[in-house]
Amino acid sequence: MTTPEIPQRSWSQRWHVKAVGWTALLVALLMGSSKMTGVDVGMFFSNFDQFTNLLVRMSQPAWSYVPIIIQPLYETIQMAILGTTIGTVFAVPFAVLAASNLVHNRWLRGIIRLILDLVRTLPDLLLAAIFVAIFGIGSTAGVITLAIFSFGMISKLFYEVIETIDMGPLEAMESVGASKVTIIWYAVLPQIMNQFVSYFLYTLEINVRASTVLGYLGAGGIGVFLQRSLSEFDYNKTAVIILATLVVVMVIDGVSNHLRRVLL
Amino acid sequence: MNMQTTMANKPEKPVHLNPWRRWSWLIWLILVAGVYTWAITGLHFTGLQESAGSVSKSIVHGLVNPDWAYVYNGSGEDLVSLIIQTLAIALLGTFVSAIISVPFAFWAARGEHEWGHLRSGSGKIVLTLIRTFPEIVLAIMFIKAVGPGSYAGVLAVSIHSIGMLGKLFSEAIENMDRGAEEAIVSAGGNSPQVFMLATIPTIMPEFISYTLYRFEIAVRSASILGMVGAGGIGTPMIFAIQTRAWSRVGIILLGIVVMVLLIDTLSEQLRKRLI
Repeated sequence: MTTPEIPQRSWSQRWHVKAVGWTALLVALLMGSSKMTGVDVGMFFSNFDQFTNLLVRMSQPAWSYVPIIIQPLYETIQMAILGTTIGTVFAVPFAVLAASNLVHNRWLRGIIRLILDLVRTLPDLLLAAIFVAIFGIGSTAGVITLAIFSFGMISKLFYEVIETIDMGPLEAMESVGASKVTIIWYAVLPQIMNQFVSYFLYTLEINVRASTVLGYLGAGGIGVFLQRSLSEFDYNKTAVIILATLVVVMVIDGVSNHLRRVLL
Repeated sequence: MNMQTTMANKPEKPVHLNPWRRWSWLIWLILVAGVYTWAITGLHFTGLQESAGSVSKSIVHGLVNPDWAYVYNGSGEDLVSLIIQTLAIALLGTFVSAIISVPFAFWAARGEHEWGHLRSGSGKIVLTLIRTFPEIVLAIMFIKAVGPGSYAGVLAVSIHSIGMLGKLFSEAIENMDRGAEEAIVSAGGNSPQVFMLATIPTIMPEFISYTLYRFEIAVRSASILGMVGAGGIGTPMIFAIQTRAWSRVGIILLGIVVMVLLIDTLSEQLRKRLI
């Protein structure tokens, strides 16, 4: 038996070099950032009355505006549904090609994953601005933006699901000589269908949230009215729009959460 | 529903199948078809510009031939300076929001002996409200208060991130390991001691990890907040799109993609080391 040794703290542990280093780095970064962004806490409070004025005007929603925004709210949901669906249709083949247990060619998988990573880096509003320039103002630009946005998201979620499936049924079918398509249809799909639908609904929730602001840049839906009310300083209308958006988002979240619970 | 019947390992057929379960797929089919008919017929795909083809061509041309001169010219209005400014907005905003989120998280976390979930329920509602409030509208409101520029962006990110960080933090608190807390209690510690010596050390790695994750998202939103005038790379981006300066758009897009990829990789590495 070896004699027990009392553990000794090294010099760097004793003086907490790591913690001090990280803290110093963070403080330096934060100071640099606040200098660069011109943060001035005093200015915020000296202009606070302007901010409260705005809040006061927003706290008196113009309820008469509600009937006007119902149609654009529908349009927002319709855009989200179509955009998510189109994105999903394109995402499925990419997800299959990116899954390491189905595609053994490492180069093909790497290229597909790189494409998906690149697509996911682009913020939705940036895409919307570009598609409005291409397709003109209207919901077409919004649907395409949401399609690309959900394509990037769903393909990643889907290939991660595919990678977790049980390979047993696949091997069984392979051993009796089934074709690739038959294997995917009878061995892969039944295992992943519920999770696919669940992720589809989850993406739909996110897209409903996203589509409410896309219109700000002209891509259709309620955002168009949001932009109008803000540029006309009609903050009581802005308040109605935000409240209505909140209701829609909560209803969609509720329905989608319920469906996902039924599925899983 | 029929998925479960095919997946079940019962060789014999179920004799009395509930008629609802038998026909539920048809009802689902009709429902889904109805939703899609509503969605497709409701949207007007008019307003397609005839110039769509030529515009896309010039966009592709601009993306292939980016305006390299814009990368750095020492004016402080170039790509590198504005990307650094974008990162500064995201960093500062996320940091401030992480600090504000902690009390919100303890408010919204479900307690073990809580009566009727009144406290945590109200906290959760407040966090949902903050999360749903569009970040762009927040940015515009703060522009009214402090003028256009990156300060408004910092404020918008700080407030908006509370919604998500508060939720993630509160879930971390609900799922945390109570062992360390119980140990301090059994050793006779009072509640400030329990909080400082057990709760904070147990929860800290997860809090930092979520904050880093939220920072990744903040980088993306900071890069678009400039579109409404809240500083960062978004401002030159929207100008370039409006003036159809596609090679400028190309280099900015490239800059954003590289920035986001770098930050995501860096943050992922840090998060892996934390947990």
